Amino acid sequence: MTSNPPNPLAGQTEPRAASAAGSHSSNRLVVALVGNPNTGKSSLFNALSGLRQKIGNYPGVTVEKKVGSFTFAAMQFDLIDLPGTYSLAPRSPDEMVAIDVLLGHQPGTAKPDVILNIVDASNLERNLYLTTQLMELGRPVIVALNMMDIAQNKGVVLDPEQISQRLGVPVIPMQAHRGQGLQELKSVLARAETLQPPDQYPHYPEPFTREVNQWRSELQRQRPEMLAAWPVEMIKRLFIDRDGATQERYLSQVGPQAKAELEAARARLQAAQCPIPQIEARVRYGWIKERLQGCVKRSTEKTVTWTSRIDAFLMHKVWGTLTFLVIFFLMFVGLFLGAKPLMDGIDAGKGWLAARLNEWMEPGVLRSLLVSGVLEGVGGVLIFLPQIMILFAFIAMLEDCGYMARAAFLMDKIMSKCGLGGKSFIPLLSSFACAIPGIMSTRVIENRRDRIATILIAPLMSCSARLPVYVLLSAAFFAPFGWWVPPVVIFGMYLVGLIAAPLVALLLKRTLLRGETPLFILEMPSYKWPSPSLVLYRMVERGWAFVRRAATLILASMILVWALLYFPSTDENGHSYDVQVAALEEQIEALPAKEKATAEELKRLEDLEEQRNAMLQCWRTQSYLGRTGRFLEPAFQPLGWDWRIGMAALASFPAREIVVGTLGIIYDEGEVDVEDEQARLALAQKLKNSTWDAGSPRAGQPVFTLSVALSLMIFFALCCQCASTLVVIKRETHSWRWPLFTFTYMTALAYLAALATYQIGQWI
Amino acid sequence: MPSLSELRPGESGCITAILGQDHLCQRLMEMGLLEGEQVEMVTVAPLGDPIEIRIGGYLLSLRRSEAARVIVQ
Repeated sequence: MTSNPPNPLAGQTEPRAASAAGSHSSNRLVVALVGNPNTGKSSLFNALSGLRQKIGNYPGVTVEKKVGSFTFAAMQFDLIDLPGTYSLAPRSPDEMVAIDVLLGHQPGTAKPDVILNIVDASNLERNLYLTTQLMELGRPVIVALNMMDIAQNKGVVLDPEQISQRLGVPVIPMQAHRGQGLQELKSVLARAETLQPPDQYPHYPEPFTREVNQWRSELQRQRPEMLAAWPVEMIKRLFIDRDGATQERYLSQVGPQAKAELEAARARLQAAQCPIPQIEARVRYGWIKERLQGCVKRSTEKTVTWTSRIDAFLMHKVWGTLTFLVIFFLMFVGLFLGAKPLMDGIDAGKGWLAARLNEWMEPGVLRSLLVSGVLEGVGGVLIFLPQIMILFAFIAMLEDCGYMARAAFLMDKIMSKCGLGGKSFIPLLSSFACAIPGIMSTRVIENRRDRIATILIAPLMSCSARLPVYVLLSAAFFAPFGWWVPPVVIFGMYLVGLIAAPLVALLLKRTLLRGETPLFILEMPSYKWPSPSLVLYRMVERGWAFVRRAATLILASMILVWALLYFPSTDENGHSYDVQVAALEEQIEALPAKEKATAEELKRLEDLEEQRNAMLQCWRTQSYLGRTGRFLEPAFQPLGWDWRIGMAALASFPAREIVVGTLGIIYDEGEVDVEDEQARLALAQKLKNSTWDAGSPRAGQPVFTLSVALSLMIFFALCCQCASTLVVIKRETHSWRWPLFTFTYMTALAYLAALATYQIGQWI
Repeated sequence: MPSLSELRPGESGCITAILGQDHLCQRLMEMGLLEGEQVEMVTVAPLGDPIEIRIGGYLLSLRRSEAARVIVQ
């Protein structure tokens, strides 16, 4: 407000911006990039900073901090990419980040010297709403008038020069995805130091301004220490955003009694013809209309653009639904099949390296650590990359071409039945391939509670790592009933997750994550061709972010479980199991292959294999994990499991598919390769023949009955035996609280469901 | 007077009021749904909710419960 009295404490309104103050002198300029969603902000950010980008996090919130840099005309620019938003009115601490950064109140982030506001030329009025909010912040504003081509297609005629004069800020026409207008923009940025903060912007009516000033002088009298963090702009937000995040922060600082005073001030404003919140939109749009008078011409009032024509098809009851199914079927198949060769390649590379290490090194702790700990861990990280990159390529394409908003539109009704919104659909669908990329893709969901609810139920979707468990057990125990029974059982396992997930979501939204229903007011952007470079950026950026953030923790968890299975590593005579197994392996290798062996050699070979398997079994059984399994047997018994199954389930904590390999070791089959059908069948036979240990009340009875097999499958359908998922949840929510919660609730759910399955199975 | 959620695809009207004083009202107005603006119901999602509307030169989607706050003539 130009009518504001000069602020006596102006110097103190920049408490944490000391680094920014120094930046003027050193040819270094901090630029904040702000804009509505779907304005090509990411394209502009990438075009300006290229690969010089850093992704981090703002403390205490789940918003990603993206900073890029570039040099131009001997100047160094630091570009802060703020999340796309229609308005600076924050509803949540996450949305508070934008205004905090812009005002220099965000710890660890320099106060911007200049605000770069990207706007959609084809939709100028609505975009300028945010612009007018930025104009009041006392920083120079530069407007990048993007998507000039789309505006032209829509029949919108505008003159950037004229608009610049009317608004009083530099306006640069651009087509960011083609790099047009970039040089002009950079040269304006290079002389940004000579720019003044805008002196014209919308004015609130006098009663409003008076109320704001009174509030501030009152604050100065009573709580002078708060004045710096509550400049005029923040007091305005405090008044207008009823029950918003600004109010929440204010009340947390001065106490809840201030709420009544605040409502009283709002009531006075209401009486003075300044209704809250309507006043802001009226004042801003009124000013924009007045300023743009005669500046923007639309060729006809109702231009039938091709966007509307495509929409008529894509929103159609039949064709729209069909297209939707085809698109997401393709995405899912792409995730499953497209990633397969790459994942096989990673596995093969891992196997090759393991073989080399086994060749070069003497058997012992170090070799085992490298092969079964580090190598498995690194492989375990890399294995997720293909799916993450493929999923984000799809998402980037769908977002950039404008279909993402339509997909949310089509799915909203179904998803809202379980308390979520349309945007939760893609993360949940991708979680059927793997929960890791699924959880990472929840970033498209703006509402924090919805996002967390989606993250928490994503691991309930049956991912591809559960399939080997389902296949092994259903083939072993259900095939005798007919060829069609195992597939039905497997399908049933997928259903278990599908039924549990919405119930859990509903429960969460009614308890832990209770709150107002998030709005679904969504812009349907114009369709356009996706930009290949943007898609590539997103793929690489997401893949790298995963490796950088999750790798160490995933590796650490793999090594931990390795150690629990490795130690103690000597038998009662002090001989190393590892060395003994290796010696047996060497003898096996020395013998000719089974097909070429003579009867005598074959006998010897089988003998040696038996010895090796017995040794492995003995080793694992007395390992720390094996002991834990034995100790916990009473807990497993109600599920119908003996300690072996329990231990295999425990050992599968790093990743579910490990359970097959561990069952192999415990059941004396050696290490079973999940992919090897022969080995799987042999293991299945072993499982069927296994009996309870002597000494147990059920000694001699078979362990695996139908109900035990089912109870184990159900357990795996619902449990969260996947360290990587938990690590990614930690990374995405910035707290250990949610991964711990996920693990606890899923394990409890899995246990109870397995218990019910077994007990009901026994009863029938 | 009917609300925006009661319009049929293809029908349009002039906004006379946005009900309420809360966040929803604020967001609707921020998105350009102001008194005096012309708004058109474009289409309805196959499952009956949400709806797609045209306001000014752009398309918005909102739930019926949200559109019920927008009174049109």
